[in-house]
Amino acid sequence: MHAAETATDRRRAGPLRSLGWLLGLLTLVALGAMTLSVSVGSSALSLVDVLATLSGQGSELQRTLIFELRLPRTLSAFATGGLLAVAGALMQVLLRNPLADPYVLGLSGGAATGALLAMLAGLGGVLVSGSAFAGAFLATLLVFGLAHGSGSWTPSRLLLTGVVVASGWGAIITLMLAVSPAERLPGMLYWLMGDLSYARTPWPALGLLLGVSLLLLPLGRSLNVLARGPLQAAALGVAVRPLEWSIYLIASLLTALAVTSAGSIGFVGLVVPHMLRLLLGNDQRLILPACALSGGILLVLADTLARTLIAPEQLPVGVITALLGVPTFLYLLHRSR
Amino acid sequence: MSRLDVRDLLIDVPGRSSGRALNFSLLPGQVWGVLGPNGAGKTTLLHTLAGLRAPRGGEVLLDEQPLERLNRRQIAQRLGLVFQERQDGFPATVLETALIGRHPFLPAWQMEGAADLLAAEQALARLDVAHLSARLVSTLSGGERQRVAIATVLTQAPALWLADEPTNHLDLHHQVAVLELLAAQASAGRAVFMCLHDLNLAARWCDQILLLYPDGEACWGPVASMLQPAALERLYGQRLLTSEIDGSPVFIPAR
Repeated sequence: MHAAETATDRRRAGPLRSLGWLLGLLTLVALGAMTLSVSVGSSALSLVDVLATLSGQGSELQRTLIFELRLPRTLSAFATGGLLAVAGALMQVLLRNPLADPYVLGLSGGAATGALLAMLAGLGGVLVSGSAFAGAFLATLLVFGLAHGSGSWTPSRLLLTGVVVASGWGAIITLMLAVSPAERLPGMLYWLMGDLSYARTPWPALGLLLGVSLLLLPLGRSLNVLARGPLQAAALGVAVRPLEWSIYLIASLLTALAVTSAGSIGFVGLVVPHMLRLLLGNDQRLILPACALSGGILLVLADTLARTLIAPEQLPVGVITALLGVPTFLYLLHRSR
Repeated sequence: MSRLDVRDLLIDVPGRSSGRALNFSLLPGQVWGVLGPNGAGKTTLLHTLAGLRAPRGGEVLLDEQPLERLNRRQIAQRLGLVFQERQDGFPATVLETALIGRHPFLPAWQMEGAADLLAAEQALARLDVAHLSARLVSTLSGGERQRVAIATVLTQAPALWLADEPTNHLDLHHQVAVLELLAAQASAGRAVFMCLHDLNLAARWCDQILLLYPDGEACWGPVASMLQPAALERLYGQRLLTSEIDGSPVFIPAR
């Protein structure tokens, strides 16, 4: 209720201006989080050191540490979190259901199955990523193909298909873990819980995140109308079927890339959009870019904790996102009544 | 001003033979009432006229162009639809809900401006729900939601209004207020085509009537020739008592 009223007030004040403010603020927070993430680690750097190195000074060691180790990982974390949050927000609009996210719909399960298969076969590096990507797309086709079936394409049917397919992937994953040789198990488990140390270059993910965020801006109002239901949207001039297909394809692509770069990190896609809706109302033009930034911030912070809490050992970042996200989410949900 | 021409239209009601082909025109200034028992295909007809559902045969022309050759946006700029059942999507406030009526008129990159906001607020005020602006639609009563839905179409300001039981859930006063609003739209040169269940409201506010029988049979024409007790008794399978008050016929179901 409270959130809805502030959203309306903000709208009165001019949606463009509030969009600018919000994104500016979130960008600052994101930059702060990334600086923090780059400074913290096995050998701590002061803020001055970090800024100096980023601006081209600093010692050889500091440059290697920042440009080759920490910065790529931080940027990967940011991009992955942003991709997952935007994918979740899109799925939720598509299904008009706050429970939808890439996990629930079985996309991540498909990606995980692909990745684990590659690991089990003793492959590494790019092949694991490629296999995860293929798995995510196979899962997409499977869920949409089955849910589409004889024509009727209702959100509940899609959600149900996704849930069932996801549990199918779960069973396959458990089976693979059960039969894998012991020395491969830790890597596989880490991948399953999300692990950014697999991330290589952050640029494809960052590029996609930026591109999709820009692409979605002009679609934002159509998505708002679609969130009212497909018939209402069609009556108000939205070409519903093409829009739904594009959203699903975009969301799948985002998920596939995110999962490929960081393994399966749960929770971000479900919780970030939901928290933002509780705080900001449900205007997709505001929510989608805010998701891209907030999802990124959450994962950067979570990864920083994952690297440092029990250093030199690392925790799976998925554990941290859940531990941070669950209480925050429950608090917001509780307060929103 | 726009017009809708229906040519040899067979609506697609599942599991029913096609029945009579419909041929009529919805012209500026007219108020049409569609009467028929449950399941006769009133909603299907309305959705077919809006292009949301393909007909089994024939065509619907919006300003002399077949609906299927227009895109949804072009249709929505001229034709608005008040739905019978609300599809509950994501939570939205009353003002946000009314404001989406401006969607067909705004380019993709443009945010709603002051004029759009004003249109939405005036529509909400006209429907007596302005005081609920900041409330979530899901927290409203059935009648309030119905008025918000009508306010959304009023914000859209289409030349052609299709309304599926616009008086649903409304109390007596608001039933009259909504029908007065629709009549005012028609006298301003727009056209109204609505499904109704109340014969007496149809008798008072409609000037054209379409009777839709459950077997697909149909007949249409000016209100005076259509609201004949014998035809209506056959339509509903219900005996009626008829009287006349205030120049309009009044129908009461017989026990």
